[in-house]
Amino acid sequence: MIWEGKKAPTLEGRHFIDALDFSPAEYDALFSLAERIKSAPAEFSSACSGKVMATLFYEPSTRTRLSFEAAMLRLGGKVLTVADPRTSSVAKGESLADTIRTVGNYADLIVLRHPKEGAAKLAALYSPVPLINGGDGAREHPTQTLTDLFTIVTYKGRLENITVAFCGDLRYGRTVHSLIKALARYPGTRFILISPEELRLPDHVKEEVLALRKDVEFHETTRMEEGLEGADVLYMTRIQKERFFNEEDYLKLRDAYVLTSEKLKLAEEDLIVMHPLPRVTEISYEVDEDKRAVYFQQARLGMFVRMALIARLLGVA
Amino acid sequence: MLKVDRIQVGIVLDHIRAGNGLRIFEELGLAGREYPVALLMNVPSTKMGRKDMIKVSGALDLDLTKLALLDAGITVNYIEGGQVVRKVKPGLPERVVGLIRCKNPRCITSTESYSPSIFILVDREEKRYKCFYCGEYVRV
Ligand SMILES: [Zn+2]
Repeated sequence: MIWEGKKAPTLEGRHFIDALDFSPAEYDALFSLAERIKSAPAEFSSACSGKVMATLFYEPSTRTRLSFEAAMLRLGGKVLTVADPRTSSVAKGESLADTIRTVGNYADLIVLRHPKEGAAKLAALYSPVPLINGGDGAREHPTQTLTDLFTIVTYKGRLENITVAFCGDLRYGRTVHSLIKALARYPGTRFILISPEELRLPDHVKEEVLALRKDVEFHETTRMEEGLEGADVLYMTRIQKERFFNEEDYLKLRDAYVLTSEKLKLAEEDLIVMHPLPRVTEISYEVDEDKRAVYFQQARLGMFVRMALIARLLGVA
Repeated sequence: MLKVDRIQVGIVLDHIRAGNGLRIFEELGLAGREYPVALLMNVPSTKMGRKDMIKVSGALDLDLTKLALLDAGITVNYIEGGQVVRKVKPGLPERVVGLIRCKNPRCITSTESYSPSIFILVDREEKRYKCFYCGEYVRV
């Protein structure tokens, strides 16, 4: 393609706050880079040399932090960690805006995790360097979505014409909402929604999806056995105790949505089983041995796609 | 009906929903003006049954955005030489900065008070806005 004197579209210098911030074409380009990094990591081991990434976590999430830090270290960059900004001298009583402006003086890139909804959007207004949303409240966790999409691409070779079954807590699960919206941008997507009545996908999410693409198909069911048929991807989520008034209801529902080897017999041979982790009881350990279980590889793919994201935002690859 | 002198130069806010006039009067800070100002409440109206009206003499720079949010049905009449020279029905703006507060207690704007509230119009008919930060919906 010829870019008549203009620069090709680039992610350099941009923020990544919402999974829909990047277009499907930008995602494609990012995934090919992630694929290259995955197959030849050594070629990228000093791509970010001389660069510093700050991780600013206002709530603990060791898993997410490790994934980002591993990604930066494998690119040859350095990491500044502010493990608990609320108690550290960097930010005692300081506004988020001021902390971001200060940290932006030291780092080339900031990863922010914050318990309040919309925190990353606010921070991005003040950040002098690219900012990645590492999760803000119950709203967004876009690098999880990036990880999920890259996992599907890696195993299925495509994002079009995919049937994805989501199982568990579809009401509060933010990774589910975000992934559904991201997938809805591709043609031929079908969704199978498996959940108890109490934890169904909220209408507002459906409306947002239909606004992105009118012909998206939803098939809802309360029975896991029914939902497994014909799915290319099974995305499992945790059903959390806090969502229920009494222990009895919780235990009953929790056990109805457990993936076992027995249930997996109903599914296609080329299905993949995904989970954002940590898993509690919703997938029996016996399933880990099934070749269709990809949730641990999913976490590894998440690191490669974060490497690609960091490299692109910093403009080094 | 109560008699209020005709205005030579100024603004008449008509078709204010009955009972909403006082709030608009206060929000526009009209009490502090040195020119004559009239707030009429429960004025008989063929269209609305009853309505409120506000008459402000002397030039006035009106924030139409704010007005539209306070009462979308309002008509603004600009008066010059005793005549209505322009009628405006302020529509809902696409983007509202600083006027609406987000009611979501988990929203970042609830703790970072310096941040400007930003709301984006999502549904004009339903008068629905969405918080730029947390995505919470609000009807105005
Ligand atoms: Zn908000």
